[in-house]
Amino acid sequence: MKRTFAGVLAAALILTATACSSDDGDDSAGQADPNEKVALTYWSWAPNMDKVVQGWNAAHPNIQVTVNKQDGGDPAVAKLLTAIKAGSGAPDVMQAEYQKIPTLVAADAVADIAKEAGDLKAKFPESAWNSVTLGGEAVYGVPQDSGPMMFFYRSDVFDKAGVAVPKTWDEYAAAARKIHQANPKQYLGTFSSNDPGWFAGLSQQAGASWWGVQGESWTVAVNDAATKKVADYWGGLVQEGVIDNKPMYTPEWNAALNDGTQVGWLGAVWGPGVLEGNAASTKGKWKTALLPNWDAAAPANGNWGGSATSVTSQSKHKAQAAEFVKWLNTDPAAIKALAGTANVYPAANDATSVALTEPPAFFSNQTDFYALAAEAGKITKPFTYGPNVNVAYSSYNDAFGKAAESKKAAQFGAALDTIQQATVGDLKNAGFTVAS
Amino acid sequence: MRKSSAPYLFLTPALVLFAAFLAAPIGYAGYLSLRRVKVSGLGLGAGARSEVWAGLSNYGRSLTDPEFVPSVLRVGAYGLIVVPCMLGLALVLALLLDAGRTRVGTFTRTAIFLPYAVPAVIASLLWGFLYLPRVSPIVDVLSGVGITAPDALSSGWVLYAVANIAIWGGTGFNMIVLYTALRAIPTDLFEAARIDGASDIQIALRIKIPVIGPSLVMTFLFSLIATLQVFAEPMTLRPLSNTISTTWTPLMKVYRDAFVRNDIYSAAATSVIIAAATFVISYGFLKIVGSRAFSQEN
Repeated sequence: MKRTFAGVLAAALILTATACSSDDGDDSAGQADPNEKVALTYWSWAPNMDKVVQGWNAAHPNIQVTVNKQDGGDPAVAKLLTAIKAGSGAPDVMQAEYQKIPTLVAADAVADIAKEAGDLKAKFPESAWNSVTLGGEAVYGVPQDSGPMMFFYRSDVFDKAGVAVPKTWDEYAAAARKIHQANPKQYLGTFSSNDPGWFAGLSQQAGASWWGVQGESWTVAVNDAATKKVADYWGGLVQEGVIDNKPMYTPEWNAALNDGTQVGWLGAVWGPGVLEGNAASTKGKWKTALLPNWDAAAPANGNWGGSATSVTSQSKHKAQAAEFVKWLNTDPAAIKALAGTANVYPAANDATSVALTEPPAFFSNQTDFYALAAEAGKITKPFTYGPNVNVAYSSYNDAFGKAAESKKAAQFGAALDTIQQATVGDLKNAGFTVAS
Repeated sequence: MRKSSAPYLFLTPALVLFAAFLAAPIGYAGYLSLRRVKVSGLGLGAGARSEVWAGLSNYGRSLTDPEFVPSVLRVGAYGLIVVPCMLGLALVLALLLDAGRTRVGTFTRTAIFLPYAVPAVIASLLWGFLYLPRVSPIVDVLSGVGITAPDALSSGWVLYAVANIAIWGGTGFNMIVLYTALRAIPTDLFEAARIDGASDIQIALRIKIPVIGPSLVMTFLFSLIATLQVFAEPMTLRPLSNTISTTWTPLMKVYRDAFVRNDIYSAAATSVIIAAATFVISYGFLKIVGSRAFSQEN
């Protein structure tokens, strides 16, 4: 039983150790005294964030921010929720992925900073702003970076096979067939059961919004018509065998990108970094385009990744923390540092004009890279996340793992019903009101 | 100091450590397993959620989870592969090394033991690379001689693929335990057997294996418990394939509930169930074989 109890034991120790010191004040919104010296902690996993924050610290001697590097979005949230449950140990400021915000709000882990932050709505794309307000009046963070989806493809392979860049999903399917027929080892893409965020982005483009608020109850629509359309489409291509069924981000997928057997990727604006790391020997052969569309006359897009900066409910200096969060994501110098030093794609609307003037190194031949990215961000459809995204996403892993392995189109639609059931069941079981 | 208080005084450090680091966490896990979070309405904002008494409902949900029974059966099948293969291999290797008692033995022994020193996560990553067709040198070599290797992580093979990692990592340890027990057998037993005309195989079957019975029981018990706790190997291989779900083994379900779904309550309930099952199985096994296996020592 060593390992079983080790985990329980560790959790129990953290909980009991911190429960003893849980008399933190919650009346801390207090007014910012300009002469008060304040130290803030900031949890983030973006690279070089400490260097970005140096710019703030130099200009604000009274509000010093310390960055505490995190392993990533999931572990940071797990740690934060443990600290919230324990009553102390949370940072003042926290990087939070968009899909985690409802979970954090539901756990009362992040503070509403609508009053402190002021009116920032016009500075961000609607889809990003919607993610931090959950469609209401409260503001649970300021958008930091976003991940509009983009299509990356091997232009040399396309030229050789005589395939034009697909503008619609029908054209994408035709291109996938043609490329696979010309060389049975090559695939235009893969359906990944490992990346629920990727599939959510594709569904978002088709007009899905898996969660929603209707009066005082939640709605869940993982198996709505738009998502079904996307699942059936990919199930058909996998069954036909013209699209691979192996997950992304495996050593195998990396090798396939590098040796030219995966010749396309439906990624997002942060994709060049991934390609550079995994497919270095193909540099200069990739190009980027907007995602293929369902309706060429009404172009739309989805989002994959991205995060906001939130103030936690345990912070004793909410006003100062909100001021820092606002600076980090709207000040031109900060945005420039976010893009150049922390290597993220800032969510702010004016990021393209103030910071992103050069294309990423891996796409140095594509001068309109960030113009395309800005266009991709502008046409991104709104999408609401719910308080149990983690449940839906882990259910996606299992249900679509089975479907992808079976290579049967019918299984893809059935997988959506499984996820829907798991998601609604979990909400109801926890006591949330769910509209049926 | 009164005479009768002395034993308690000496026991205190052990008792305190036991209470703080074993009894209290187990008790707390048991307590958590009877609690749950109750949300009201949209569940947003302060005061929307509270921890309430759940009775045995977490246990009910764990046991009726459609993924739970398959994961238990899967671990059972996994154990049927791993335990006999690993212990059989360990026993044969130990007997061979013992029969030889040569200089080569030291090197061979170390070589067989070495995989045990590789952490399970590293071993799984290593084997993961060997399993994935596109990056696997094994598949390359086989296709070079005209054999198409099956995809080791496909649904028909994945159980063997995971079992193989455990066998690779665990055989060496069990071999050393059995070998050490073999070395402790007085050699006059063998000499007497040889004078009576017994062959090496007869000596192994009639003398060596019965004498190291207690060691075999112990290694079997360790292997059984390790089987029930299988976690690191499938967890590491999971992102590489479509065939390993997030609830592939019972412990993976505990991990998913606690750290992916943030539901430590049902995770605690499942932990308690696994702990109880492990205790019952281990204790039951010892009850059945214990008296027989250990009787020779008396």
